[in-house]
Amino acid sequence: MFYCILCYNLETELQAWPREKEASVLAHREIVAQGLAAQGRLGPVARLMPTTTAMTMRASRAPLLLDGPFAETKEQLLGFYIVDCRTLDDAIDVARNLVGDTGALEVRPVATFYPGVGLQ
Amino acid sequence: MTDSAWIGAAVSAARPQAVAALLRYFRDLDVAEEAFQEACLRALKSWPINGPPRDPAAWLIFVGRNSALDEMRRRSKNDPLVDEELVSDVDDTEAALAERLDTAAYHDDVLRLLFICCQPDLPATQQIALALRIVSGLSVKEIASAFLVTEAAMAQRITRAKRAMADASVAFETPGPVERAQRLTTVAAMIYLLFNEGYSASGGDAHVRLPLCEEAIRLARLLLRLFPGEGEIMGLAALLLLQHARAAARLDESSNIVLLADQDRQLWDQGLIAEALVLVEKAQRLQQSGPYQLQAEIAAVHARAARPEQTDWSAIDQAYSVLERVQPSPVVTLNRAVAVSKVRGPGAALEMLEPLAAPLAAYFYFHGVKGALLKELGRKTEARAAFSQAIALARTPAEAAHIRSNLDQLESMDSEHPQHEEQAHRKERRP
Repeated sequence: MFYCILCYNLETELQAWPREKEASVLAHREIVAQGLAAQGRLGPVARLMPTTTAMTMRASRAPLLLDGPFAETKEQLLGFYIVDCRTLDDAIDVARNLVGDTGALEVRPVATFYPGVGLQ
Repeated sequence: MTDSAWIGAAVSAARPQAVAALLRYFRDLDVAEEAFQEACLRALKSWPINGPPRDPAAWLIFVGRNSALDEMRRRSKNDPLVDEELVSDVDDTEAALAERLDTAAYHDDVLRLLFICCQPDLPATQQIALALRIVSGLSVKEIASAFLVTEAAMAQRITRAKRAMADASVAFETPGPVERAQRLTTVAAMIYLLFNEGYSASGGDAHVRLPLCEEAIRLARLLLRLFPGEGEIMGLAALLLLQHARAAARLDESSNIVLLADQDRQLWDQGLIAEALVLVEKAQRLQQSGPYQLQAEIAAVHARAARPEQTDWSAIDQAYSVLERVQPSPVVTLNRAVAVSKVRGPGAALEMLEPLAAPLAAYFYFHGVKGALLKELGRKTEARAAFSQAIALARTPAEAAHIRSNLDQLESMDSEHPQHEEQAHRKERRP
């Protein structure tokens, strides 16, 4: 079974962290990730850009594109895709094709990406 | 991270929203600030024991509001009874806090808090100092050192500014769309000034003061998070990120200015650039170009060029020509002239400078650019005169040193026309 581990935190607080704090958190996670990779258990890892870069595609008769992150608390994060897109427009097109007639998709640029060891 | 360090980060992240909400409750900035201070003291005692609250801003607002009410009752002769329960039950009810608070108005609360710092009667530097003190929560000492003045002088300045602010009336009702847009414009301008104060210091030894730039970026991101659909705020945030991304490359080891063309682009922060480029794209989708967006687009063209010779100068020229229409100013035309010199040569650029001579007579960069264009044309004597004027107007040692190095280069040019002709050949050979 593959498990997806999602990171949540207060963005404003992260941006107020001293540099050493950020470095130590990343260093700790890097050690854990390397351990998992050595065991052949690590898939793709991504750090997302701030929510200010996000757009949201909401399903409706004509999919509705909104500025800003997805922030509905009654709906839960159910999964994610990582897609290579040349521009934001391309990414929005992909979201428009994916969204169908229910739910919402947040388009968030990826800040850093590690492909992992290629899980099978 | 130690307790006090994570509490520090949580408190400083929550501060704008918390102080802004307390200001709405009490309609008095001193009371709001005191209430917030009190809440912070209680957080220092409570959080290490009970763990961090899920929503630190809501916790601080709730505790701050109750402690201020408590304090008012204590002071009031008519009502000596103290309702201890209001504050003593805080730890048990934390989970319900967020729902009990009126959070719907917090976007406008924070905007109001920023807006009251922008009193038009106050000089720009005082508006900035006030915002740093009230919104960012920097200490007077920190602000004083950023502005290179004594702590006492800065304390006096802030007190005076606060007094001016208290006299001005600010509407506490939720603003209408027009008023909200005006407030946003005013606040964006203040954040831009704050960044510029850090980016191109207006005096003192330090040419770049990074903490001011970082604080400006934090405020721009805050504003964008509150108003995610505003193209100009996207543009402002993108512009600041793009300029700041070059910070490490802008000065050399002996603090001399390194021009864009000579910067080591490996030192540019690609993370900040990537974030900014997305914001530029987001803003462009709205198709309502404003001054910040256009300036961000120009900075984005530079950021996309891996090498200076890959810079798309005609795109820059085009963006400046739109900016000239949206926000006509001699400085914009001066900047456009630099782009024109790359596209159509220094002669065409020099012609654009002629009408600017009077309005920009006291502007350091005008004489610097003029000198550089004349130097490129091989007109040494005129170039020397322009550079001399620039030196006289330099505000920091770095600016003066940069012009002096140009004068030195003039001395070593042996004939009257070599550089320009060589450049012309190079242009032809370029694919």
